[in-house]
This record gives sequence, C-alpha cells and structure tokens, in this order.
Amino acid sequence: MWNYTDKVKEHFFNPKNAGALDEANAVGEVGSITCGDALKLMMKVNPDTQVIEEAKFQTFGCGSAIASSSALTEMIIGKTVDEALVVTNRDIAEYLGGLPPEKMHCSVMGAEALRAAIANYKGEEWVDDHEEGELVCKCFGIDAAMIERAVTVNNLTTLEEVTHYTKAGGSCQTCHEKIEEVLEAVLAKTGALDKPKAHPPGTVGLDAIKPLAPKAEAPAAPAKLTNVQRMQKIMVAIEELRPQIQRDGGDVELVDIDGKDIYVRLTGACSGCSQSAGTMMGVQAKLVEALGEFVRVKPASLLPAGA
Amino acid sequence: MTEQGIYLDNNATTRVDPEVLAEMLPLFTEHFGNPSSMHGFGAAVGGKIEWARKQVQALLGAAHDSEIVFTSGGTESDNTAILSALEAYPKKRSIVTSVVEHPAVLSLCEYLEKKRGYTVHRIGVDGQGNLDMDAYKAALGPDVAIVSIMWANNETGTIFPIEELATLAKAAGAVFHTDAVQAVGKIPMKLADSAVDMLSLSGHKLHAPKGIGALYVKRGLRFRPMLRGGHQERSRRAGTENAPGIVGLGAAAQLALLHMTDENTRVKALRDKLEKAILAAVPACFVTGNPANRLPNTCNIAFEYIEGEAILLLLNEHGIAASSGSACTSGSLEPSHVMRAMGVPYTAAHGATRFSLSRETTEAEIDRVIEVVPGIIAKLRSLSPYWSQGGATKEFAPVYS
Repeated sequence: MWNYTDKVKEHFFNPKNAGALDEANAVGEVGSITCGDALKLMMKVNPDTQVIEEAKFQTFGCGSAIASSSALTEMIIGKTVDEALVVTNRDIAEYLGGLPPEKMHCSVMGAEALRAAIANYKGEEWVDDHEEGELVCKCFGIDAAMIERAVTVNNLTTLEEVTHYTKAGGSCQTCHEKIEEVLEAVLAKTGALDKPKAHPPGTVGLDAIKPLAPKAEAPAAPAKLTNVQRMQKIMVAIEELRPQIQRDGGDVELVDIDGKDIYVRLTGACSGCSQSAGTMMGVQAKLVEALGEFVRVKPASLLPAGA
Repeated sequence: MTEQGIYLDNNATTRVDPEVLAEMLPLFTEHFGNPSSMHGFGAAVGGKIEWARKQVQALLGAAHDSEIVFTSGGTESDNTAILSALEAYPKKRSIVTSVVEHPAVLSLCEYLEKKRGYTVHRIGVDGQGNLDMDAYKAALGPDVAIVSIMWANNETGTIFPIEELATLAKAAGAVFHTDAVQAVGKIPMKLADSAVDMLSLSGHKLHAPKGIGALYVKRGLRFRPMLRGGHQERSRRAGTENAPGIVGLGAAAQLALLHMTDENTRVKALRDKLEKAILAAVPACFVTGNPANRLPNTCNIAFEYIEGEAILLLLNEHGIAASSGSACTSGSLEPSHVMRAMGVPYTAAHGATRFSLSRETTEAEIDRVIEVVPGIIAKLRSLSPYWSQGGATKEFAPVYS
C-alpha cells in the first residue's frame, strides 16, 4: 500500500474539477499508456485578461495521477497563462504534501499537460521532450532514463561516477546492482564495454566496465627463453613448491624436461598417495604460470624407455 | 465478513487458520528445543516435525515422507530446484520455462542467462494464457537441464497440463520442476504416480504462516543443496528447522486436504457468482485467462479504460481487498507481464483486477462486492478521458511519452 498523504487521498476520493469542459479554448493531452497514465487538461482562458477562468481534467491513472490532476486545476484557476507556466511538477507534489518517489512521474504528467494546453491556446506546437524509465534509486528518485543520459553525456564508466553525477545510489545503496545493469547496458551499446561475452561467467561487474588497464606490458610478445633460462625457471618454480609438499610429508624432484613434457618424481608420503594426481596438477599449474606457456607434468615412471 | 473487511486477495496471502496457530503455539515456549539435540527438549520437536512432513506428503500424494524438504517458502524452493538441477547436470546449459512464471523463477532465469551464460527458452501463451505446446516440444532437447513451469498461474488461475509437460520433459532427459504455490491445496495431487521431479509450495498460500514452504524432491533425483551447513533435512537444506512454521504447515496441509472438496464446489460457485454478476452489471470488461481451466478460487477481470490502483483504492474504501496487475500498484512502469504475454491491450491490462477467494469467503461477502463494484467502475470511468457518455471514445489521443 502506498503511503499517500491525506491531501493526496482527499484529491483522489473527491477530485476537484473532474469531467469535460465543453467551452475550453486550451486543451492538453499527454500520457503514457504503457505506464498507465493519460491526462486531458481543458482550460477556459479569457482572451482579454489571459486569466484561466476554468480548468477541468479527465485522467486515466492511479490514485496519485488523479490527485495530481485535481491539484493542478486548483493551482492554476485564477492565474494568468504566464503565471501558470511557472508551475512545475515539484510545485504540484508539494501542494499534495509530497508523493512517493515511484509516483513523482504523476506530477510530471500534470506539468506537461499544462504546458501542452498553453501551447494549444497560443497555437503553438508542443513537443514532449521528457522520457522516463524505471525508477532505480528510490532515495533520490532517479530513473533509468536519467542515469542513461548522465552516462552517455558524461562518458561515465563506474558506479561511483554515476553516483557523483546523479546522486543515484548515494544513500541507502540498495540499488547498486540496478545501476550497474543500466551502466553495462549503455556501455555495451556504445561499445565502451569490450564484448561482454569475453568475460568469464560471473565476473561481468564494475571491473569489467572500467577502461582496461594497460596490461603491464607482459603479454607483448615475451622474449623467447633460451633452453637454459627455461630450465632455470622450472627449477626455481619446483623449489618454491617443495616446502608446501614437504609439509605433508612428501617431496617432489625434477627428473627431466622434454619440450612440453616435464617429468617429476613424487616421493615420501606422496608416493602411492591417492591425492598424488592432484599434486601433479598443482605442479603443472605452477609451471604453466611460471613459464607462460602450456606444459604437461608427467610422473618420471612415464619417461620413454631409453631416454 | 471479518471486522477488517472482505478479503479477496488470497492468492497474495491467506489468513493463518486458528487451528494451525493452535498447533504452532506450543513450539514457541513449551517445545522450544532444537530437534538436532540429544535431549528430551529436542526429541519432542523432532517428532512434531516428522508428523508435519507426513501431512505434507499426504497432501501431495508423495510416495515417501523423506521426499519433502522444508524451506523458507516458494521463492527458496524455486531457486533451490533450478540451481540444484543446473549443478547436478553441469554439461547441460539450457533452461525451459514460461513467460508467465512468478518472478521467483523468471528473475532467477534472467540472472542465469545474463550472468552465467545459460540459454533460457521462455514458452509463450495464447490469449487465454494456455501454453504453446508446439513451442514447448521444440524447446526440449539434450541440452536442457531443467524445465520449470508453474502448475497454476497466480494472476489468472489458468492451469497448465503439468503431467503432460513433465512426461515430455522426462522423455527429453530433463529434470521437471513445477512452481505449484497456487495449486497445492486446490488441485488434488498424486506425485507418487507422477513424472514431476520437483515441486515448490508455500505455506502462507494455504492458511499456514509466512516464512515456511517446502520443496518436493522425488526419491532418486540428483540433488545439490543451495544452503550448505548442518545436516538438517538430510543435508538438503541446512539451517536449524523453523519448527513452529513446519508444524503450522503440517497442520495447514491436513486442513487443506480436508477442505479440498469445499474449495472446488462451494468456493468455486461463489467465484462464478461474483464473476457472472460483475460481467452482467459492468460494460466493457472481460475475464482474463482460461475460464474453462483455472483454479476454483480465482477470477481476474479486466475493466477497460480505467486503472487498477484507482479501483483498489476505492474498493478499499468499502473494506474490500483485491489486487491488480497495473503498473502503478507494483511501482514498475509496465503492467503485469502475464497480461502482456496474453496480448491484453494496455487500456485493459492496467484495469485488470484479481479477486481471489478462500474457504473463509462467505456468500454475504460476495453479495456485498457485487453491490459495490459497478459504482466504483462507473465513478472512475466518469474521470477517464477514454470514456464518454457510457462508452469508449476514440477521440482521445494523447501525446505519449
């Protein structure tokens, strides 16, 4: 249940100025049918004094949409057209003692209908320039469309930047996942996000969105190791592993290197241990990492005969 | 008619039956022990939990009581079922579900699709909410780990042919799960003879309290727990048992079995009376879903050219509680995904109003609702720009944002 103020309830249950106004000379029709709001504002403006003498509305919408429409008519009757133009959606919301953040768009619709009606009176073309998206940040009433605009216009790439520019996510912080989703969607569209599919599952987050940090030069064609350098690297890596294996009562020793095949011998508690396959995998992972190339670690027992 | 008014929102939640509450109360202060404990305090509770498990087993017609795993509710059961199947069959990368599922299934599937790289097949429905069987058959294949399709829809009450769907899924080698949160207690079930592998149910939809539910897991099905920890629920759902909730669910299951006939005769007749009277008295409205194949307690009427939240607020003024699929009631910008999936036009989808009865609903209450509804609809239509002099107007064409 929404937390409506008494003023909202009063204007919903007993709306003022509801219905059609046949002698209207200023009519504004706005709305969004997907969102479920539509408003027809009809005003009778005195051509001599420019005063809005009568105003009526018809609204398709929720409680706060009807209350906003009713409030709007009350606020503008007796004003001149120019005075009425100053009325903003915030004024409508304030008149009603406030609206829930999800419902602020109802007041926006009221303000737009007013501008549309005045344009109609002046014989001008009125173009709706506001767009609206799903409400993301309830604390500050920021919707997805506003975040999208901020991200696009300012080339934002991180959640923190979005918060700095829009305030979204700055208070209770529960909407951070949603902000990230909007951010990812925009960046994916603009191509700033490097093929989202390339990330391993589950890691597409803020880190992925940030411009790629220069990758420490390393992958830039590593100079090919000489056979001696390569052998030394393998020996160092195995030496680093030994204390760990020794703690479990075992040991590992390098037996031979044959291109991509590296033969080791597991001894002590390792020999015959059911976990030895796992240990071999660990040795292999360590060597692959140290060498930057794929190698296979095999038990010395598999050394080709006569080698 | 209770003091608080006329409650026709039983698909959202139900009142805890006083008999259920009476069964639960001793579990708070008297039998408060931990069923895992080795002393008498624990043993008494353990016995009550096993009693409750048997009641749920009976309601579902399950072959074994150990097939019932107590959870915190429908959402946890749905999440557990889907994630379990994906973990148990890691090489299969597809999920089949429907476009009208509850968010407990839809949001999870969307997440798995977006962040975990799964392929999700969402099967569409026709104008009455019936599943597109050809599309369903086409989606099944060796890559499908799990099919998750609801037994009955929460908004329209439309029932899906679960046994047929389950049999087809099994033939394709997929695990079959059904979110039966709305169906349990209203549709007789015999899971012992069924191809259904997993089934979710929620306590608070059948007069047990909130925060308790269950997942049926057929014996022999590969299962991986979502919550790991202690050995509770045979290590399928760790965490100290919600003993009062479990006993409440047991008592509620027993009562549901007892009242199943009443739901399908008296309650159904009240629902039909309400629906017929509203359709007769109010112009430009229609029933959504499949009237010939739906839950006995649910009726969803779309009132054209007016908006659901406004209807609910005015009903509330008369002490009547219902619910709506309009965008505004949920705080989202789109009306119900179920209404959109059925192709209900926006002007009607926003006015879709659900009346869901229970065994506690009386004829006097229904008569009162029948009396009040036409006036409310007329009042709102008098405010609507789409409506003039007793009919829809084509003239109104606002600038849409």
